[in-house]
Amino acid sequence: MDQLLQFVFSGLTVGAVYALVALGFTLIYNASDVINFAQGEFVMLGGMVTVFAFAAGVPLPLAALLAIAVAVVTGLLLHRFAIEPARGASAVTLIIITIGASILIRGLAQIVFDRQFHSLPAFSGEEPIRVLGASILPQSLWVLGGAAAIVAVLWLVMERTLLGKAVRATAANRLAARLVGIDTTLVLAFAFGISGAIGAMAGILITPITLTSVTVGTLLALKGFAAAMLGGMGNPVGAVVGGLALGLLESLAAGFISSTYKDAVAFLVILAVLFVLPQGLLGRRGVERV
Amino acid sequence: MSRRLFSAMLIGAAALSLGLPPAAAQAPIRIGSVLSVTGPASFLGDPEARTLRLYIDRINQSGGVLGRRLELVLYDDGGDANRARTFATRLVEDDRVVAIVGGTTTGTSLAMIPVFEEARLPFISLAGGIEIIEPVKPFTFKTPHTDKMACEKIFDDLRKRGLTRVGLISGTGGFGASMRTQCLRVAPAFGITIAADERYGPGDTDMTPQLTRIRNVQGGVQAVVNADFGQGPAIVTRNFAQLGMGVPLYQSHGVASRSFIELAGPAAEGVRLPAAALLVAEQLPDNDPQKPVVMAYKQLYESTQNQPVSTFGGHAFDGLMILVEAIKRAGSTDGARIRDAIRQTRGFIGTGGVVNMSETDHMGLDLSAFRMIEIRNGTWRLLD
Repeated sequence: MDQLLQFVFSGLTVGAVYALVALGFTLIYNASDVINFAQGEFVMLGGMVTVFAFAAGVPLPLAALLAIAVAVVTGLLLHRFAIEPARGASAVTLIIITIGASILIRGLAQIVFDRQFHSLPAFSGEEPIRVLGASILPQSLWVLGGAAAIVAVLWLVMERTLLGKAVRATAANRLAARLVGIDTTLVLAFAFGISGAIGAMAGILITPITLTSVTVGTLLALKGFAAAMLGGMGNPVGAVVGGLALGLLESLAAGFISSTYKDAVAFLVILAVLFVLPQGLLGRRGVERV
Repeated sequence: MSRRLFSAMLIGAAALSLGLPPAAAQAPIRIGSVLSVTGPASFLGDPEARTLRLYIDRINQSGGVLGRRLELVLYDDGGDANRARTFATRLVEDDRVVAIVGGTTTGTSLAMIPVFEEARLPFISLAGGIEIIEPVKPFTFKTPHTDKMACEKIFDDLRKRGLTRVGLISGTGGFGASMRTQCLRVAPAFGITIAADERYGPGDTDMTPQLTRIRNVQGGVQAVVNADFGQGPAIVTRNFAQLGMGVPLYQSHGVASRSFIELAGPAAEGVRLPAAALLVAEQLPDNDPQKPVVMAYKQLYESTQNQPVSTFGGHAFDGLMILVEAIKRAGSTDGARIRDAIRQTRGFIGTGGVVNMSETDHMGLDLSAFRMIEIRNGTWRLLD
């Protein structure tokens, strides 16, 4: 029992980060049909900028804000100088552009920062909390709570603000949105900026637990992509469900089956989803008009 | 005017005035190196490269070797074995080096061995894997301790503490996988039972599931051994503290750098590991034969590079010095003669231990080269 609970704690913490990465994928996918493979680099930037600002003497909350700002600006620049000039190109071309952008961001980060692993102090102590024989770090609660807060704020913005409605309108039908006077370019820029912010926040929350370096983005992008696929690409609720489910699956597989094949779980999930359930758990069924 | 040009002119002028052939006119002795200065193994390759540059400069300032200057030809393979092999070929065919000190990881070293063996050039590897020197290859040597020795040293310490049931957790990368194999092989000889054998992938960020399995294994474990280097052991150490495992944790010599203590934080308290004497240079007793060597290296490195020494840079120091002494003894830059001289290395005191090479032992270290170290109050403490 305590064993199962330990695996669940472990899975939910990792899963919350996958969920935030998947959410970033979803936002941009909805606004543009592009799968932004530079999403993992936002997570990396969040962690690395915070680490270096903090090491330079900036208080942790300010360092975190600075990191989020850097990620937002990176997202906007990515949109302005990589996606926008290629407007009208096919989704596949744009996806390849994002892969190139992710390699560029990683390369620049290696020059600006270094190639070592770094850590941050936990926000509220390192003393684990014991629950029914299992233990959870206070930082895990920060990750779970932070992820829940981000999802809630995002939901409010999407449902209650004009900008959010514009994003949803663009997601539903880009041409119709443009006809009613929505600036879809602005909406897309907004999506990139917000994705950057969400990624950076995930990176800041998780760094005290998992450590960070300039190379952490790649694997997180793949895992987040698997989570988004599992939940149903384009569905924000699906992204969160998919992320948590993937984290749990990995942790339970490592705990009960074999730890050697933990990373394979994410990729088996992608294959299974593609073969059996192409629209994901909560995705809308793609309808091709003929 | 560059310093090299200036010194060449100075030597030239001096030689002219004495009517002797100018030393600088003789071609320099070229020493090749391929290191992983960037990439995932950069924390190994970077101090190695700094050490080679530092000491080759110093040797040249004090007159070079056999009256000739040394010239370092260094390539960065980024941790990629394919690139390492390409650079190895370039060292042999284009750069015409006389010997090679390098090969940061076991993977890159193994990729380069066939090239140097075919060219019959002495190659001193700086990587840990025992496959590099077992079976013995005519021209291949290495300076670092092997993973097998690390297992033996750890098991020896466990035996002294009366602990026999061990949980093993290893990374699936080259170093972790190789050390896992060696530990499983030598465990019976020390009366150790490997009760649990768990693994994790490179880049994994949470090892609590594996550690939970180890904790709940039938019959329990009395100690946990972690075989890996890089960030994995830091996370294992943190998760270990989080779960309150309540048994001793042993790491390998792969974590013997300052960054491990920083990354693992307070969780690192009480962790034991086998490592080279360099790590605890100041704590060595004054009658320890290694003390003057490791103190001199440490002081020079830290005062010129503005970063703490690591044992990895020490391996490069050992490799270069063994080579230089061998060239002096051989009195020649012929590959086979240098090789013979390296094989005759006896009682060489390096940062890694006392080296006694032979026809059948191309590393020349025994278990006494490893010291058992415990992390206390955020720093290394020598135990024996």
